[in-house]
Amino acid sequence: MDYFAQQLINGLVLGSIYGLIAIGYTMVYGIVGMINFAHGDVFMIGGFIALISFLVLVSIGLTAVPVILLIVLLVAMAITALYGWTIERIAYRPLRHSFRLAPMLSAIGMSFVLTNFSQVSQGARVKPVPPIVTGGYTLHEGESGFVVQLSNIQIVVVITTIVLLGLFTWLVSRTRLGRDMRACEQDQTMAALLGVDVDRTISMTFVIGAALAAVAGMMYLLYYGLVDFFMGFVAGIKAFTAAVLGGIGSLPGAMLGGLAIGLIETFWSAYFSVEYKDVAAFSILIVVLIFMPTGLLGRPEVEKV
Amino acid sequence: MSASHPASSNGSEPVGAAFILKKAFLSALVALGLFSLMIGVRTEAGQSGQLEYWTRFGDLASLVAAVFVGSIIVELLRLWLGPRGGLGSFVPPSVQSGLSIAGRYLAPALLIFTFLVPVIFYNQRYILDLGILVLTYVMLGWGLNVVVGLAGLLDLGYVAFYAVGAYSYGLLSTTFGLSFWICLPLAGILAAFWGVLLGFPVLRLRGDYLAIVTLAFGEIIRLVLINWQDVTGGPNGVSGIPRPTLFGIPLTPGEGGLAAMLGIPFSPTHRIVFLFYLILALALLTNWVTIRLRRLPIGRAWEALREDEVACRALGINITTTKLTAFATGAMFGGFAGAFFATRQGFISPESFTFQESALVLAIVVLGGMGSQLGVALAALAMIGGFELFRSLEVYRMLVFGLAMVLIMIWRPRGIVGHRAPTVFLEKSKSISSDLVKEGHG
Repeated sequence: MDYFAQQLINGLVLGSIYGLIAIGYTMVYGIVGMINFAHGDVFMIGGFIALISFLVLVSIGLTAVPVILLIVLLVAMAITALYGWTIERIAYRPLRHSFRLAPMLSAIGMSFVLTNFSQVSQGARVKPVPPIVTGGYTLHEGESGFVVQLSNIQIVVVITTIVLLGLFTWLVSRTRLGRDMRACEQDQTMAALLGVDVDRTISMTFVIGAALAAVAGMMYLLYYGLVDFFMGFVAGIKAFTAAVLGGIGSLPGAMLGGLAIGLIETFWSAYFSVEYKDVAAFSILIVVLIFMPTGLLGRPEVEKV
Repeated sequence: MSASHPASSNGSEPVGAAFILKKAFLSALVALGLFSLMIGVRTEAGQSGQLEYWTRFGDLASLVAAVFVGSIIVELLRLWLGPRGGLGSFVPPSVQSGLSIAGRYLAPALLIFTFLVPVIFYNQRYILDLGILVLTYVMLGWGLNVVVGLAGLLDLGYVAFYAVGAYSYGLLSTTFGLSFWICLPLAGILAAFWGVLLGFPVLRLRGDYLAIVTLAFGEIIRLVLINWQDVTGGPNGVSGIPRPTLFGIPLTPGEGGLAAMLGIPFSPTHRIVFLFYLILALALLTNWVTIRLRRLPIGRAWEALREDEVACRALGINITTTKLTAFATGAMFGGFAGAFFATRQGFISPESFTFQESALVLAIVVLGGMGSQLGVALAALAMIGGFELFRSLEVYRMLVFGLAMVLIMIWRPRGIVGHRAPTVFLEKSKSISSDLVKEGHG
C-alpha cells in the first residue's frame, strides 16, 4: 500500500510534466490541424535554457532559491516562446496551404534542426545539475520501514503546473486572445472575415505552447537533475500520446491524458519492467488510436469531402 | 544601397531600403534572443561532475551578423525573382525542354554507369563501398516509395521492416545455419507479414495519425530488439552472420572458393564486387516490380488512394486490400534490403535501426519527388553522397539535413526532381448529353 502511494505521487508528478507538453500539441492540432513534431524538442530547448540561465544566475552570486527559480522560469518561458514563434514563422506558415504531408515533413526537419542545434552548441554529453530544491516531508512510515515521501521539488512541480493551468484556462476562456483562438479552431475563414487576425492568433498559439513546454523542461531539469540533447524525442512522443489519449484538441483532455500516461508509465516500471516502459507508452498510443480515436474528452472528427 | 537597384524600381510594392533594413534588423534581434543563451554560453560537466560554463560572445555576434546579412540577401533575392520567387520562372523554356530531353536519357545512362562502376573503380574499395551504401538506400527509397509515393501513406517507421529483414537473416543463419538465398525470401515474407500486422490496425487512420502510429511501431520494434536479450542479443546485436555465397559457392580463398574454381587468384575485392551487383539486382528488382505493379489494377488503386481516399471508396475500390498490399509490398522490399544489410555487415545491432534512419529514407523519397523512381535514385545519390562529402563535419550534417528538409518543403513541396502524376487520367472532360444516360438507353 505504501509502495503504491509512493508510486502514485511519482506518477502524478511525471504526469504533470507530460501534461504541460501535451497542451502544446493539442492546441496546435486544434487550430492548425497538424502535429507539431518539433514540440518535444522545444521542451528540450526549454530545459537547456533553464539550465544555462540557472548556472549564470548562481555564478553572479544570487543565493535566494525562490528568486532564482522565478527568474529562471521567466527567462526560459520567454526565450523558448521565441523559439516557438520562430519555428512557426519559418517552417509552418509558408506551408499552411501546401499539400497535406508537407507541414509534417517540415516539422520532422525542424525537429532534427533543434536536436542537432543543441548538440552542436552545447555538446552531446548529459548535463547534470546539483539538486536545487531539496528536502521534503515524510507522509507515512510503514512497519517494514518503507517510507512514503513527498519531496519539496514534487510539490513545486505540481503547484507550478496547477497555477499555470489556472492561468492558461483563464486565458483561453476569458480573454480576447482565447476567444480568437477558439474562433480560429472552428473556422479560420469565418474568423478572418469577422476581424480576427488569424496569423497572429496562430503565432500566439505556438508561443503559448512553447512557453508551457519551457516550464515542463524546467520542471524536468529540477526533478531529474539533468538534461541532454536527445530527451525531446521520447518525451515528445509520450506527450503526444497523452494528447491523443485525452482527445486531441481538448485542453483538459491533454492534462488528463498527461496524468494518465505518467501514472501508467510509473506503475508499469514499478510493477512490471523498467525496460519496457516506453513500449507500454507507445502501445497505449496505438491502442487508443485504433479503438478510441477521439480519446477521452475529444469530439468525433467529422469527415469532410 | 538597394534603392538604386534596378529590380526595386519595377516592383509593384513599394519596397525600399528602409523596409529591408528594418526587416533584417528585426531578424537579427530575434536571432539575438534565440541564440543569446544557447550559443553565447557553453556549458560542460567539469572534472568533479560540477557544471562549468564559459561565454562565446564572439560566436554569438558573428551568428547574429550572419542572420542580418542573410536576411538582406533573402529580401533582395525576393525582389529580383518577383513575388513568386520560384526557379520555374527563372529558367527559360528552351532550357527547360532541353532538360526534359536530358531527363529521358538520364535513367539509361545512369544505369549503364552503375553497371560499369565495379569495372572502372575496381581498385578503389572506398568508392565500391560507397556505391553499395548508395544502392542500399536507393532500394530502401524505392521500397518506401510504394507506401508513401504511390499509396500516399506516410510511414515513419519504415526502418522497422529493414530491421525485421536484417534480424530474420541474422538469426536464421546463425541459429539454424540457413543460407542467404533461402533466408532472402524468408526475410521478405516475414517483413511483409509485419507490414500487414502494422497495416491492419492503422487502416482507419489517416495522414498525421498514421505517421505517428508507424513511428511508435518502429520504436517498439527497436526497443524489443534492445530488451529481448535472449533472442536478439540486446544492445550487443548479432555477430558472425555468414557472408553471402554465389548460389552455394563461397567467395573465400582456398579450396572450393569461387576464385579457385575459376582458376584465378583470390582477391577480397571479388566479394565487394559481388555484393555490389547483388544489391544492384535487388534494387532493380524493386524498381521493376514497382513499375509493373503501377500498371496493374492494384497500382492504379494505390495512386487513386493517394489522390483521394473518399472518392476511392465511392468508386468501390477496396480500401482494406489496397492499403494492406501497399504496406506488405513496401515492407517486403525493406526486408530484402535488411537481409542484404545483415550479410554485408556481418553484424547487426539495434543501433542501426533508429528513427533517424527512417527519416533519412523518407527524406530521400520526399526530396526525390514522391512516386518518381528516377527522382528517388538521384535523391539517394545526392543525400548519401553528400553525407560522405561532409563526413568531417559529423555533427553539422544532421543539422544541415534538417534545414534542407524544411527549406525543400517550403520551396518545392512536391520534391526537387518532380513527382509522378497519376498514370491514368482523363485527357479532357467530356460532356455527355442527357439523352445518352436516360433510362432505357444504356
